[in-house]
Amino acid sequence: MFETTETLLNLKQVSFQINQQSILSQIDLHLNAGEILTLVGPNGAGKSTLLKIILGLLKPSSGSIHVHPQVRFGYIPQKITLDPTFPITVRRYLQMARAPKALYKGVDYWLATLEIEYLASAALQSLSGGELQRVLLARALLRAPNLLVLDEPTQGLDMVGQQAFYQRLGQLREQLHCGILLVSHDLHLVMAATDRVICIHHHVCCSGCPEDVRQHPEFLQLLGAFPQPALAVYQHHHDHQHHLSGHVETVISGS
Amino acid sequence: MLLLSLFLPALIGGCWVALAAAPLGAFVIWRKQAYFGDALSHSALLGVALGLLFHLSVNGMVMGVCVVLSIALMLLQRQRMISSDALLGVIAHFSLALGLLLASVTQQNVDLMSYLFGDILAVHWADLSWMISAVCLVLAILWVLWPHLLAMTLDVELAQVEGTPVFWMQLVLMVLTAITVALAMKVVGILLITALMVIPAASARYWAKTPEQMVIIAGVFGCLSIFMGLLFSITIDAPAGPAIVVAAGSIFFMATLSQAVSCRRSK
Repeated sequence: MFETTETLLNLKQVSFQINQQSILSQIDLHLNAGEILTLVGPNGAGKSTLLKIILGLLKPSSGSIHVHPQVRFGYIPQKITLDPTFPITVRRYLQMARAPKALYKGVDYWLATLEIEYLASAALQSLSGGELQRVLLARALLRAPNLLVLDEPTQGLDMVGQQAFYQRLGQLREQLHCGILLVSHDLHLVMAATDRVICIHHHVCCSGCPEDVRQHPEFLQLLGAFPQPALAVYQHHHDHQHHLSGHVETVISGS
Repeated sequence: MLLLSLFLPALIGGCWVALAAAPLGAFVIWRKQAYFGDALSHSALLGVALGLLFHLSVNGMVMGVCVVLSIALMLLQRQRMISSDALLGVIAHFSLALGLLLASVTQQNVDLMSYLFGDILAVHWADLSWMISAVCLVLAILWVLWPHLLAMTLDVELAQVEGTPVFWMQLVLMVLTAITVALAMKVVGILLITALMVIPAASARYWAKTPEQMVIIAGVFGCLSIFMGLLFSITIDAPAGPAIVVAAGSIFFMATLSQAVSCRRSK
């Protein structure tokens, strides 16, 4: 287990280009043990790319990344491809996660903690969005991670589900004393759960504690005014946008 | 007695090969690589031709050509201008044609048919030792690397984050497939290799709840197909390779039918 102040992750001036197009430029980011850091930003801002660089799936074009040598990632990708030709139950899927023996709590422990025992022998492909999200979380937790990386973990959950999820994250942080890095669109709910926010649009627009970021002009310009709690907000995401010519463009979710 | 001495080595060799074909066939299905299997098996003829031309071991050359080809494909797939199924189409038919061309140049009296459609009844007790050791090698490697191979099949990125050396696992899987292609060539012939790998695994999918179950059931179906096919081939004096594949196909259709019936009943 890490000391609270120990730095798990430190990015300095990280840039990433693909085909001469700059996706990320000069990103600075650090994360301590026991801290929750949220990446927000519009679609296509490079959030998922940044996660992949941190996880070592992509190599940055320049800049330095320091990951604490003892970091064990628990990762929930934005979506997993579940092929119906691959027969697998929830239990068997969870058994695939490996962790050091001393820290391994076992499949049944996490099934019970996340209240999904009833799914143990269900086929992975048959789960609903919320159930799958819990199974993926269980899988990540089985690795006894000290750094959880979650790419839009609440997509497909309703408001109640999202709220419960962020509550759970807070508990897990206490219990595992792990760092948590997450990408999210659900700004208002995330704000309550996170210690720090970084708003990204190819570069770091602003960062700091939620209250500061919320009032930062660049944040407001990018993601709009933060809804007042008393207002009933019709929260929705468009799956298409209207081109100037009037023709409809599909928006591919994820960045 | 003569029949038995013909039948028994063929049956034993065939069943062992079916046991290796079961897990690799399952991977072919999971990774959607039936066309890759086809490309490899077509290129096996090139290996045969090269072996005959240079008086080298035919089996060794088949494995060599398959391994070289899979590595070439892996490297070629890194460019994105031509899709992998188009690449496979090019390579499969190029190597098949080149193989046929070279085989006709060898000037030997080559029985091409035995390579194209298999020659399992020509398997002797002496052949069994190398066949069984090759199968054992394939199964042992699969056993050791099984968790990594499964993780990679389910989700490449997640596997990579969790420490699976994805590139090497892909390579291992390709080499094992190449070895199995060379083995299966003996049993059902170049044109039907993919069938021996894919059909039993596909039939097994209906009953399997876990990947391990799918492989075990596929192995049982594979051995059953070998037995039925050989029996059929000896009784009516038909070529064994096609008979085995027809048996495997019949099992698949029966499995599909029984699945459809039980689905309807449960509704």
